[in-house]
Amino acid sequence: MAISLSEKRKKMIRSIEMDLVKICKDIREDIFRCIGSIGVGHIGGSLSIVEILATLYFKEMNIDPKNPKMEGRDRLVVSKGHAGPAVYAALANRGYFDKELLLTLNKGGTCLPSHCDMNRTVGIDMTTGSLGQGLSCAVGVALGSKIKDDGAYIYAIIGDGESQEGQIWEAAMFAAAKKLHNLIVFTDNNGMQIDGNVCDVNGLEPVADKWRSFNWNVYEIDGHNPDEISDAVNKAKAQKEKPTMIVARTVKGKGVSFVEAKGYGCHNIPLSEEDVAKAIEEIRR
Amino acid sequence: MGNIEMRAVFAAELKKLMEKDERVVVVDADLAKANGTWALRNEFPDRAIDVGVAEQNMMGVAAGLSSYGFKPYIGSFSPFVSRRICDQLTLSGCYAKQNVKVIGSDPGITAELNGGTHMGLEDVGVLRSVPDLVIFEPVDAIQLEKAMPVIDAYEGMVYMRLFRKTIDDVFTPDYEFDLFKADTIKEGKDISIFASGIMVQESVKAVAMLENEGIKAELINIHTIKPIDREAIVNSVKKTGCAVTCENHNIIGGLFSAVSEVIVSEYPVPVLPVGINDTFGEVGKLPYLKNIYKLNASDIAEKCKKALGLRT
Repeated sequence: MAISLSEKRKKMIRSIEMDLVKICKDIREDIFRCIGSIGVGHIGGSLSIVEILATLYFKEMNIDPKNPKMEGRDRLVVSKGHAGPAVYAALANRGYFDKELLLTLNKGGTCLPSHCDMNRTVGIDMTTGSLGQGLSCAVGVALGSKIKDDGAYIYAIIGDGESQEGQIWEAAMFAAAKKLHNLIVFTDNNGMQIDGNVCDVNGLEPVADKWRSFNWNVYEIDGHNPDEISDAVNKAKAQKEKPTMIVARTVKGKGVSFVEAKGYGCHNIPLSEEDVAKAIEEIRR
Repeated sequence: MGNIEMRAVFAAELKKLMEKDERVVVVDADLAKANGTWALRNEFPDRAIDVGVAEQNMMGVAAGLSSYGFKPYIGSFSPFVSRRICDQLTLSGCYAKQNVKVIGSDPGITAELNGGTHMGLEDVGVLRSVPDLVIFEPVDAIQLEKAMPVIDAYEGMVYMRLFRKTIDDVFTPDYEFDLFKADTIKEGKDISIFASGIMVQESVKAVAMLENEGIKAELINIHTIKPIDREAIVNSVKKTGCAVTCENHNIIGGLFSAVSEVIVSEYPVPVLPVGINDTFGEVGKLPYLKNIYKLNASDIAEKCKKALGLRT
């Protein structure tokens, strides 16, 4: 039984669409505040998925921050769990918790650990961090939703470096075999990993062809364009045969020039108070 | 029930659980026939799933299903759902507080003709240091039948070492099962024998051998190696003053280690192991393997006498 959109929700989505650019700026700013509060963190891969997170949480997903465990809600598995700070910033902006909490990142006793933890953080749907595992979990969730026939959509975000894990392809094969059309996955295709550019370390291209050959429905988009993200999601929802892979071309460290300039060196870097101020100034420009 | 295969009992009990509870699902990795769960897919086509030869994905899919309110049972040969998926079981499973029952069949030398590659002689050692995991090994079909509803009702991760074939009954039908309490099979005052899995049957024979020599051994079945029943161990060695452990597993990391940890910290007495002495497995039938690894009742009896000699 599919959940139809109420008029109220449609209206809300229209107003959000206008604001997505501003929302992305807010999320980026909060990522810097969040990581800046502890002085070091996974900034590059957090900044590269901001538009995907904003579009999903603010526009596409059937969720309710006031009822975070709502039955039949859409779910998001951030398989590249090190992007926790980006997810927390998006959740805080969406109203799941107070933004002040972002300043507790990785401090002893925090509910915002470096990597996503469904048992510690309101709004997190899956515990991730050991790369390659989250997609299998998302496949299990999508299978569960299909068994229950509750009409939910299950989203996941994987990294391009993460796609070097064999388990990704075990999950890919199985999701297609089970025709999990309710599974919509993004590859954050920023081309970089800790030890270098993905193409130099252990090349993934042609990534879209790989997913096509695994019998997925594949779209290639600009991962920093909310309209293209929404279009791809809606095309994915319009078919009932295959899981969907949206290969999102992204930039590691997107939106802040001194981070982008570090290239693959921006995966996990120290951030001084000055860095944070400089970044926020650029984001607000 | 000694004439019924353990896998048949497992599948029959699982079927009952699936009939009663729509949340119960079984996920196989191309070994449904070997593990006895094959027929369930005819009856429950939506809830009996096969991921193919992909154990890591099986664990992840089960974790996802668990997060969605299902109660998955996953299965494969014991090495492939322990050492092979150790990280998935640890993080997607235990760390994430999921509710998945992991069935590792053919533990230790019971892999027989599949040989060393399939012989899980280290599964307990690999998994015992993972927090929030219950590790259970049934002794016979009676205990397995009684354990299944209890394990199903337990919310959390459980790893079950499951011998698939027929084995002599140790328990009688009036046996009362407690997942977290060890079973005193025979009371004695001279030496404590702590045994698990197929080594309980061998230990029963060893107890009789020792009795013929005037040695009264106490036999305790440790079906749940984690969390281990500390009280049963300590109470027994307080009485006997020495112990032997018997396991179908490497003596490093398994029952010998677990029992020794309790005894060393609570009531130090000599403890000697019967088990695989840190070597790999090899092909062969059970009698051959029991001989080469010294896992027979006579080996247990000898070890008991040696332990008695160490008692102060």
